[in-house]
Amino acid sequence: MRIAGFLLLIAGWFLVLSALVLLRAAWPQAAFVLAGMAVEALGLGMVLRSHVTPHGRHG
Amino acid sequence: MSAALAAAAVLLIPLTIAGLAVINAGLVRSRNAAHLMMASLCAVGVGAAAYIICGFSWQGLAGGPASVISVAGRDWNWAARQPLFLSGVNVTGFAQGLAVWMQILCVALATMIPLGGGAERWRLSAMCASTALLAGITYPLFAHWAWGGGWLAQLGVNYGLGYGFVDVGGSGTIHCVGGLTALAMVWILGPRRGKYSADGLPMAMPAHHAVFALFGCLLTWAGWVGLNTAGALLIGAIDPGRLGLVGINTTLAAGSAALMTAIVTRIRFGRPDASLTANGWVAGLVAGSAGCALVPPAAAIVIGLIAGLLAPLAIENLESRLSIDDPGGAVSVHAIGGIWGLIATGMFARFPMESFGARGRSDVGQWVAQLVGVATLLGFVLPLSYGLNRLLDRFLPQRATPEGERQGLDLHELGAPAYPEFLTHSDEFLQR
Repeated sequence: MRIAGFLLLIAGWFLVLSALVLLRAAWPQAAFVLAGMAVEALGLGMVLRSHVTPHGRHG
Repeated sequence: MSAALAAAAVLLIPLTIAGLAVINAGLVRSRNAAHLMMASLCAVGVGAAAYIICGFSWQGLAGGPASVISVAGRDWNWAARQPLFLSGVNVTGFAQGLAVWMQILCVALATMIPLGGGAERWRLSAMCASTALLAGITYPLFAHWAWGGGWLAQLGVNYGLGYGFVDVGGSGTIHCVGGLTALAMVWILGPRRGKYSADGLPMAMPAHHAVFALFGCLLTWAGWVGLNTAGALLIGAIDPGRLGLVGINTTLAAGSAALMTAIVTRIRFGRPDASLTANGWVAGLVAGSAGCALVPPAAAIVIGLIAGLLAPLAIENLESRLSIDDPGGAVSVHAIGGIWGLIATGMFARFPMESFGARGRSDVGQWVAQLVGVATLLGFVLPLSYGLNRLLDRFLPQRATPEGERQGLDLHELGAPAYPEFLTHSDEFLQR
């Protein structure tokens, strides 16, 4: 889950970069950038969850 | 006139570094206080050296030689191409020397931030190696994109997105980069021994010196005025006539954030919490930096209030729900505060004619430029920092031994406690 989360973070960033290169109109570009950030948020959530220490395994 | 002002402003920046070091030292337990101050000194030394050896080569100065690729007919400036050891820079010339000096101080400031996140369990030698990676690779790459004429700064020219990514005082370039590196380190190091009970509940590990933490806030305030002023003059190319506004906004953002945190903690815990209020103060400074010369004072208050609300809530929730043991609050204050500052700049900035060539309010394009910067921090800086430090951890274990943690890193790594006359309470050594 951790690796998948980091891959989603990177994929979301590439979506944002793609929006800059491929789209010209302001609102579709903004929507595409927000979509990329949503993918990043999903990835960040997965990485955060993967680092939650399971109960009973705390130092 | 503006050259003398810029030099005076740069002279103040070390107060920010000293202030953060004192805040971090105040927020840890007494058995790790000297270790944290020692780590701060080492981080400044290693960070400055790594930056001069190779970091500046990637970052460069705006308008300098750079690696540019063409994508769909548009230039993408990815990295500077300066020789190593500053050999391509006229450091005896006032303008270039001052700009490089400011950048060294900004790197040193960025290297302070992860120390707060990894405090009490980060080995000194590994911390030095990690700092070299931050100052030599991660920071310079993003700083080139945002401050060195890179593709983020040119989003306005190349893609018509407002004035490009704007970060006058370094909310993203210094603080978010440092805060996300702190997050990577917190993940890699794991929580302190005894921080969580067997059923996952976080245990209180109170700061040992609230006066240190609060005095550090006053030091950072003085330094931050210098940092934001230097950023406005040397990076934002803002007219010197707006420097009063920079000082006003810096003070308003910090003060309103601290007040909001004091109110939030008063409501949550019955009394205002000094440690969290110190974090709120710094969060206000961080969030107010990006648009310090571009937002009206009323907006600076709003930016500070929201930063002061976010910081204590983030600290509490990250700790209790996501096992993020961050003794200095680096992730909540610098990463989350920095992201809020970048977004707020897109919302509130008013661009002056004399500096930007056209007067205007923020439009959709400026919003998008700021969001692209935030996306780059999350999608590039965080994975890069995590990957580099995970790799480093394989060769040089970053976490102190269990015995070292129980003993305290002052004794374990430095051989002497910060406060030798203090009694040590035996219950602190019991495993929970």
